Amino acid sequence: MTEMSGADMVVQALVDLGVDTVFGYPGGAVLPIYDALFNHPQIKHILVRHEQAATHAAEGYARATGKPGVVLVTSGPGATNAVTGITDALLDSIPMVVLTGQVPTNLIGTDAFQECDTVGITRHCTKHNYLVMDPDRLGPVIHEAFFIATHGRPGPVVVDIPKNVQVATGSYTVPERIEHKSYRPQIEPDTGPIAKAIALIAAAERPVFYSGGGVINAGPDASAALRQLVALTGAPITSTLMGLGAFPSDDPKWLGMLGMHGTYEANMAMNRADLIIAVGARFDDRVTGRLDAFAPEAKKIHIDIDRSSINKIVPVDIAIVGDAGRALDALIAAWQDRGHQARDLGEWWRRIDGWRATRCLDFPEKTEASAEIMPQRAIKALFDATRGRDPIITTEVGQHQMWAAQHFGFSAPNRWLTSGGLGTMGYGFPAAVGAQIAKPDRLVICVAGEASLQMNIQEMGTVSQYRLPVKIFILNNEYMGMVRQWQELTYESRYSNSYSDSLPDFVKLADAYGWTGLRIDTLGELEDGIRTMIDTPGPVIVDCRVAKLANCFPMIPSGAAHTDMILQPSDVIGTMDDEAKALV
Amino acid sequence: MKIQTEAGERHVLAVTVDNESGILAKITGMFSARGYNIESLTVADISADHAVSRITIVTSGPPAVIDQIIAQLDRLVPVHSVTDLTDQGAHVEREIALVKVAGTGDKRIEALRMADVFRAKVVDTTLTSFIFEITGSSDKVDRFVALMRECGLVEVGRTGVVAIARGAEAV
Repeated sequence: MTEMSGADMVVQALVDLGVDTVFGYPGGAVLPIYDALFNHPQIKHILVRHEQAATHAAEGYARATGKPGVVLVTSGPGATNAVTGITDALLDSIPMVVLTGQVPTNLIGTDAFQECDTVGITRHCTKHNYLVMDPDRLGPVIHEAFFIATHGRPGPVVVDIPKNVQVATGSYTVPERIEHKSYRPQIEPDTGPIAKAIALIAAAERPVFYSGGGVINAGPDASAALRQLVALTGAPITSTLMGLGAFPSDDPKWLGMLGMHGTYEANMAMNRADLIIAVGARFDDRVTGRLDAFAPEAKKIHIDIDRSSINKIVPVDIAIVGDAGRALDALIAAWQDRGHQARDLGEWWRRIDGWRATRCLDFPEKTEASAEIMPQRAIKALFDATRGRDPIITTEVGQHQMWAAQHFGFSAPNRWLTSGGLGTMGYGFPAAVGAQIAKPDRLVICVAGEASLQMNIQEMGTVSQYRLPVKIFILNNEYMGMVRQWQELTYESRYSNSYSDSLPDFVKLADAYGWTGLRIDTLGELEDGIRTMIDTPGPVIVDCRVAKLANCFPMIPSGAAHTDMILQPSDVIGTMDDEAKALV
Repeated sequence: MKIQTEAGERHVLAVTVDNESGILAKITGMFSARGYNIESLTVADISADHAVSRITIVTSGPPAVIDQIIAQLDRLVPVHSVTDLTDQGAHVEREIALVKVAGTGDKRIEALRMADVFRAKVVDTTLTSFIFEITGSSDKVDRFVALMRECGLVEVGRTGVVAIARGAEAV
């Protein structure tokens, strides 16, 4: 127990918890903590240009490392600007601790300058939150906040600290056992459902694994266990957007991503399977399509660390509550103990190969050097150029994100950082900043759309300040492409407000911030342009001009079943009924 | 296009929680955010050290929704336990209402007579009014209040349901 100021306790707690990086922005109500940071060079503070970017950078840091991201912002607008990133972390289960300054306790509730009800505003977009009114509570609360953010299903935790609590002195204590008095997430799976699950897996004729972000969150060992179980059973595997990288995309058992913009083979396999093994995935509406037509012939095993995910959307036959990695280990052990051998799934694989033969990710393109670049080609070229460099790819949200998910192959977890649940435009660039801070020697590329990028483009200053070699690869089609695509599909091509008018000259913008800027206009320039981007030290922005009206296919339209995929532009009807229009 | 809603069944949930600031907002906010119903909600501190509160929630929904409500409550960090008393079987439900009736003459006598039938106590009286205290199931309170509407009901206050399972076990 040591007597110190609240602000010193905050910083001491961060040091004790092994925090090396804080993303933040100072302001009146956190000045005492900033002053304490001044004397603690072992914590690197990354000064962003907007608090939303601090939260996304912390997410990028967390997704690239598996460690919690830490954010420090002031009261009022500092806290409200952080709300989008906090919600993003909640939806994607990303561990994050956000420290917010608050007006002094005697001014709370008086509409004081830069006051807002931070715990009220963040109550439903955090896993948990605290308002600390007593400096003696700071040590235990901050330690507990990190415990909650990282245990069970990870998520964001907000700790709101009034300014007088930062200035007052108290005793800093570290709880003897760092845990919560009642929060006890189930980590180890029960043995009963494991035994039932393994019997189903061993007997299935048309099994398919459906993995998600829970496998990534469970750490690299969980990805290794997933690969082992898939190899033992010989079953095909698909994954959600959040789960990409847990299973190598060059493995013959890999079907590609499933869902709205998933592959034909992945969605057809889900539809025709007799057994679905969901691992750390939550049957999101982007994945299931029309619910009454979802996997009608399949029994379902669902592994999830959050009991509320089970039976939330799709009723399942066997529920395994626990950490994805531990559950996979238990399944592997049960498989081996019982001496199961992989069944002959030849007939199932022949059907899958038939679906694969549609080559659903192919796209029409011209091949001469002067041709316009198809966005899919740009992603494939980026993938080819970065093979062997183990890049970290972040994305913004929209068509470019889906094309990257479809055409960029991942072979390891924590390399694919994208906003899945909340779908936050403006996520990708600050997430790349966070990933580059966490992994300074890695090639970090933000695949962006010209519209999304502008939502947090101010972070170019942050990149310049810390000399981060982040690369931004813009697929510039001068449209909010996914909005435009939906307008083409559902609103008879009435492109209401989806044109990216008055774009900046990105090359000149790069110059203004001391970056390198490149523009790629034609297919003939594509490979050289990408190579220049990679070979140029320091930050680079690439304005890659692509076909303006390209659509992202395959696509399951709103309210349609997995079997009703649009594979080609010629399948587009251009209108939808009201029921379908009402779906997101 | 018309928006469809599903009919449901009534469930009484007993929830123990950390007795801390904001917990009620967290619980009720979860219900409103996810579109669940609250028919009544009562809360009070129940432990000797004031650390734990018990919330009794009456909700309604199809079985799958009730399961979700329980799971969603259970995952909230300050929630210790969630028990579905309806699902668990025999339990006792009680509610208190204070019912103010104003009038003179026959209506006043009739109100008093019916209060006696319902075993409602008179807790205050003036020459022109009574306040009755009635304890019982929500149905009983509903029926009493409905009868009092005919006898000069002017105001009613109800606690909402508290409930506890029968037998020697604690939740």
